[in-house]
Amino acid sequence: MSEQLKVKTMQEFMAEGKQPEILFWVGSAGSYDDRAKKITRAFVKLLNKAEVDFAVLGTEESSTGDVAKRAGNEFLFQMQAMMNIELLNGYEVKRIVTCDPHSYNTIKNEYPDLDGKYNVVHHTEYLKELIDNGRLSITGEGYKGKRITFHDPCYLGRANSVFDAPREVLAKTNADLVEMKRHKKTALCCGAGGAQMFKEPEKGDMDINVMRTQDALETNPNIIATGCPYCNTMMTDGIKAHEKEGSVTVMDVAELLANSQGL
Amino acid sequence: MEYLPNILFAIALVLGIGFFARNVKKLSRNIKLGKDVDVSDNKSQRWKNMVRIALGQTKMVVRPIAGIMHIIVYVGFIIINIEMLEIILDGLLGTHRLFAPLGSAYNFLIGSFEVLALLVIVAVVIFWIRRNIIRIQRFVKPEMKGWPKKDGNMILYIELVLMTLFLTMNAADFQLQQLGADHYVKAGSFPVSQFIVPLMEGLSESSLIMVERTAWWIHILGILAFLNYLYYSKHLHILLAFPNTYYGKVKPQGQFNNLASVTKEVKLMMDPSADPFAAPAEDDSAEPEKFGASDVMDLNWVQLLNAYTCTECGRCTSECPANQTGKKLSPRKIMMDTRDRLEEVGKNMDANKGEFVLDGKQLLGDYISHEELWACTTCNACVEACPVSIDPLSIIVEMRRYLVMEQSAAPTELNNMMSNIENNGAPWPYNQMDRLNWVNE
Repeated sequence: MSEQLKVKTMQEFMAEGKQPEILFWVGSAGSYDDRAKKITRAFVKLLNKAEVDFAVLGTEESSTGDVAKRAGNEFLFQMQAMMNIELLNGYEVKRIVTCDPHSYNTIKNEYPDLDGKYNVVHHTEYLKELIDNGRLSITGEGYKGKRITFHDPCYLGRANSVFDAPREVLAKTNADLVEMKRHKKTALCCGAGGAQMFKEPEKGDMDINVMRTQDALETNPNIIATGCPYCNTMMTDGIKAHEKEGSVTVMDVAELLANSQGL
Repeated sequence: MEYLPNILFAIALVLGIGFFARNVKKLSRNIKLGKDVDVSDNKSQRWKNMVRIALGQTKMVVRPIAGIMHIIVYVGFIIINIEMLEIILDGLLGTHRLFAPLGSAYNFLIGSFEVLALLVIVAVVIFWIRRNIIRIQRFVKPEMKGWPKKDGNMILYIELVLMTLFLTMNAADFQLQQLGADHYVKAGSFPVSQFIVPLMEGLSESSLIMVERTAWWIHILGILAFLNYLYYSKHLHILLAFPNTYYGKVKPQGQFNNLASVTKEVKLMMDPSADPFAAPAEDDSAEPEKFGASDVMDLNWVQLLNAYTCTECGRCTSECPANQTGKKLSPRKIMMDTRDRLEEVGKNMDANKGEFVLDGKQLLGDYISHEELWACTTCNACVEACPVSIDPLSIIVEMRRYLVMEQSAAPTELNNMMSNIENNGAPWPYNQMDRLNWVNE
């Protein structure tokens, strides 16, 4: 149904004897999860529009090991990390962009120790850069008149102090940005981190994503924006728990920007 | 006989400080039971953190009411301690208001001590009301039952009594000065205690001296006792907040350490030229390193310092998403458990000539349950909330590492997730060859 995306792998660049500007680390969620794949595609549409010469690892990519590490499996993490680093260093990768704050955090902060030293940016930071450089021109009314609230992913915000880039990109869509009571440094987790995404929560009296969605709903939004595929899943489930799926949607910053440009 | 008070004072002082020194030694020994960790990096950032967070109290005022009250008590505590110097010298030399010759500066100092003492009393009363009448949620969580609650109130009572004694002493002194009593030089200004003076109206000179001396003695003995109470109390933070903020994390909050022992093994495993049948190198005769932590000795010393620094304010727990949604996990309890277990280990060593004798207990299981550890989302809210740079998350992760790598005791779903990563490089059971399918969907 959809138009063809222009995506080249590192191998193809190598065969042509060229280096891409940047490597797009798709991540496991972005590669396999049906909802997250839409985010991946939206981001690639923007990259295509800005004519960015990017590459992906494709079938050579493997889990960063982030979730194994948070679960306590340092062995598995370091095995994944070293395999990935060997591959990335082999391709002489210098710069990496990813839509997943967990991959972002791990590659940026935990790989250098293991000889994986790259300039790593989150896709919201990269989109801001493309807009600021004039490579990605944003036009039209976009989401004018729509209320959007941004949920800070823990591993982007608190963990790495990236608070402004996603908000600045959202502002380009002309939406009315409204903040939740707890935001930026004091944002509440969506409940997915620390490997919780892959297990049932411990016994309690509420699910974390339901509580966080409540925070978001209190701002009376049309759209809840996130910058993380896992947050996206959790908030979407939260919306269902609050029976608001008819009036509120959960979208990634990249999707909102792409939609605002009719991509 | 003339020098009896001086001698008694000197003895009290030596005993008070001596006991305190003994406790500091114990404290330092217990903290050093932790593993070594390199904290020699980022010196200037570390000093800045200490000045900003501990001295400047920047994280306290994130919650403005508690923050401002705390600053009053903190400033009061530090400034009024200048007066301690005079009290100690007076006690040793048998003088009275030794610094009186400073004149107007002295009057100003005593005057400001009095105002601060009054403010401290007000703040302490509000703190007491918050804990006992309003019962703010974070002060009544399960881990606060028993000693922690008593300890919190005890500190407030001691501070209240000390400040009251200080003002009573000054009031009696002021009255004695006005009566022209021998030995009581006219010095100091008494903006607060002058209002206590009417209560002493009609007391004879000898009764007034009795009141003044009693208040003076109980005040200084109380302070020496309080100094020695610290080691047994959450109040240790007044000292340890400073080193703790210095040694606190200076890396991005999301960055977890990479275990060097694991790196070594993984490199060996992945090295195609390594001979799997080679005889172990000579230094491999040492006991293989334990991965992760099941007891306090497996943690590093900064984590143990963290435990002693915790003043159980509960800001971490009140920000914790797991705790807010009714899970058992409370980051404050992680810190309190670590300290309790460390104290238990310390007492065990005291009873066994400095050697730790296995007691069949450990931090994991006997203090901290698996359920608590697995409820953590590693979101760093607790780390962000702590006003003195404590990192409960690092302890949680260290204990998960033990559970997974030493005991294979992860929840089943996580084991599935991990075998998926091992088999096909993703936490879900999808084929690695399908990683690029999204392009054409």
